[in-house]
Amino acid sequence: MFKKILIANRGEIAVRVIRACRELGITSVAVYSDADRASLHVRKADEAYHIGLSAAAESYLNFARILDVAKRSGADAIHPGYGFLSENAKFAQACGDAGVKFIGPSPASMEMMGSKTRARQEMEKAGVPFVPGTSRGLESAEQAKQVAAKIGYPVMLKAVAGGGGKGMRLVHAPEELKPALEAAQSEAERAFGDREVYLEKAIVNPRHIEMQVLGDEHGNTVYLGERECSIQRRHQKVLEESPSPIVDADMRQRMGEVAVRVARAAGYTNAGTVEFLVDQDKNFYFLEMNTRLQVEHPVTELITGLDLVHLQIRIAAGEKLPFRQGDVRIRGHAIECRIYAEDPDNNYFPSPGKITLLLSPSGPGIRLDSGMYEGWTVPIDYDPLLAKLIGYGTDRTQAISTLTRALHEYFVGGIKTNISLFRRILTNADFQGGRLDTGYLDRLLKSKPPEVRGEDADVAAIAAGIFAILDPASAVAGNGNSFPNRGNRTVNGTAASGWKRVARVEGLG
Amino acid sequence: MKRSGQGLGPLTLQQARYLTTRYFFMVYDVTIDGIDYRLELERADALWRCRLDGREIQVDAVLARRDVLSVLIEGKAYEIKRECTATDMHLWVGSVRYLAELRDPRSLRKRRGADADEKGPKKLLAPMPGKVVRVLIGEQHAVETGQSILVVEAMKMQNEIKSPKKGTVQKIVAAEGTNVNAGDVLAIVE
Repeated sequence: MFKKILIANRGEIAVRVIRACRELGITSVAVYSDADRASLHVRKADEAYHIGLSAAAESYLNFARILDVAKRSGADAIHPGYGFLSENAKFAQACGDAGVKFIGPSPASMEMMGSKTRARQEMEKAGVPFVPGTSRGLESAEQAKQVAAKIGYPVMLKAVAGGGGKGMRLVHAPEELKPALEAAQSEAERAFGDREVYLEKAIVNPRHIEMQVLGDEHGNTVYLGERECSIQRRHQKVLEESPSPIVDADMRQRMGEVAVRVARAAGYTNAGTVEFLVDQDKNFYFLEMNTRLQVEHPVTELITGLDLVHLQIRIAAGEKLPFRQGDVRIRGHAIECRIYAEDPDNNYFPSPGKITLLLSPSGPGIRLDSGMYEGWTVPIDYDPLLAKLIGYGTDRTQAISTLTRALHEYFVGGIKTNISLFRRILTNADFQGGRLDTGYLDRLLKSKPPEVRGEDADVAAIAAGIFAILDPASAVAGNGNSFPNRGNRTVNGTAASGWKRVARVEGLG
Repeated sequence: MKRSGQGLGPLTLQQARYLTTRYFFMVYDVTIDGIDYRLELERADALWRCRLDGREIQVDAVLARRDVLSVLIEGKAYEIKRECTATDMHLWVGSVRYLAELRDPRSLRKRRGADADEKGPKKLLAPMPGKVVRVLIGEQHAVETGQSILVVEAMKMQNEIKSPKKGTVQKIVAAEGTNVNAGDVLAIVE
């Protein structure tokens, strides 16, 4: 077993891995950028080293700095988390070359799955069902037109190097194809430095359902049930659950077996996720494989009773899977809400800043994987994911009520979060009925929000006065312009750091 | 409440409380989501006697911690969270947010007066941390109420910062390219 693991990440996932290390008696090494000196993962780790500027390219994406810390600290393995370098085959290779174990699949598997078209070609050979389309980048608009005519509209254009919804275009008719192709190509070039785009049949109102797989380095591969991830915005997941409301035991087994076949075809080891599109007749098509731990892994942990990070570490250390497919049991229902620093009143744009008040939920059936704390300033440099609130119950109804209760307890003050969005989703009839597809959330947000006009304006009025007397530190609002600026002065000590919108592009899944 | 003269018989409970506790009386004008209230507060320990627009309400209130108030009214329990941004105060009762403004009526006339004739310089504050990407109106140029003076960008979001009054841009404090924190002064309109 490893003695010391470096976590090449930040935020809640770094904290998650640090916790697993502590549980396994392994020393944890955090790395941090300028913006993250005060971040939770630095506080929780056994050791922490500065690796550079706030911009991810100068820190969390910098191979040399991270490997240098691994060497200096004597770490014998690196856990990449998700995002950043987690799906970078060259980094995995560099770790191997430096004599540090990369906790994840081999560089060869990552490379195969990292190219969407190459993955398609390999899966085609392995007899995996996938959405009809081209298995290679398009050569011309003419070729795109021919293929689209053959498979039928609507079609979807996608970047070969894609992720996070960049370089994607839905095309309904032949005359839209050429401009959409050009737009997708230039977007792909800007986002990934690769303008190659391919085309596939667009599945109307699909569900996005993924299957967790786990393989050891001795040829054993298992699936651990599906996750329903249809609730997305801008191709980013917002709420995930397991099991899916539409997947029964038979479908789970069929999907699971295909996922295992995908993993085997890629020679895959460690934790991975096979994503499927599911159409209205419950046909499922291979979409892509994510060669890392997913953001939403806790829902699988809760319904299987397994600790995926422990297993990742043990597999990387050369251990055999401690169970077989037949031992995997699914019990209960889990739902995860991704708490983002986003402003619901401003089209869910990122909302960094200082957290002035944090009241966290707890109690039965609640798991909170959080990377924030009261008094911490959410940096502007990274993905706005703050925490994951996961509710668990004996069935879906109970999981929903547990989560609803926990959301009522949850309060994050000083910054804007999307907590109110989850109240809206959990009380929505279509959600409760399990009627989900990838267009669900956009439709919900276009619909009129339920009237939340409170009946407690009187109570608020009284409280306003009592606050002013008991807790006058925060003062009374004058004409709005003289209001004291509470605690925002420390925002980003290194204010000169790049205000780049990096994280979304990293394709956190 | 009157204070009893010494040696004139037993004190009433209220009078006893007056003598042994911190006591005071305050009047506020409160606006919650645009609706005005007149609030009179009389305090004796954790108990408060309120008159809200003339209605008498008994309130038991305890400050649980900074920005968190536990309030009991006729047996009903409320947890109220206060959130102050650079420009606003919000109170959350349960999961519902209310925009709250509080004024001491004794200073009201002065305040209203200042607003009405818009005399004196007005500061424009950054509503969020971000970067000033454009200055639309230069110093010493005239502006109308509601006209955009600067654009602040946080990540991909651009926000136009508008003039609160008609007048002249006296000073641009945050030039183009400046990184600003929430509440920082961006410009002054005279």
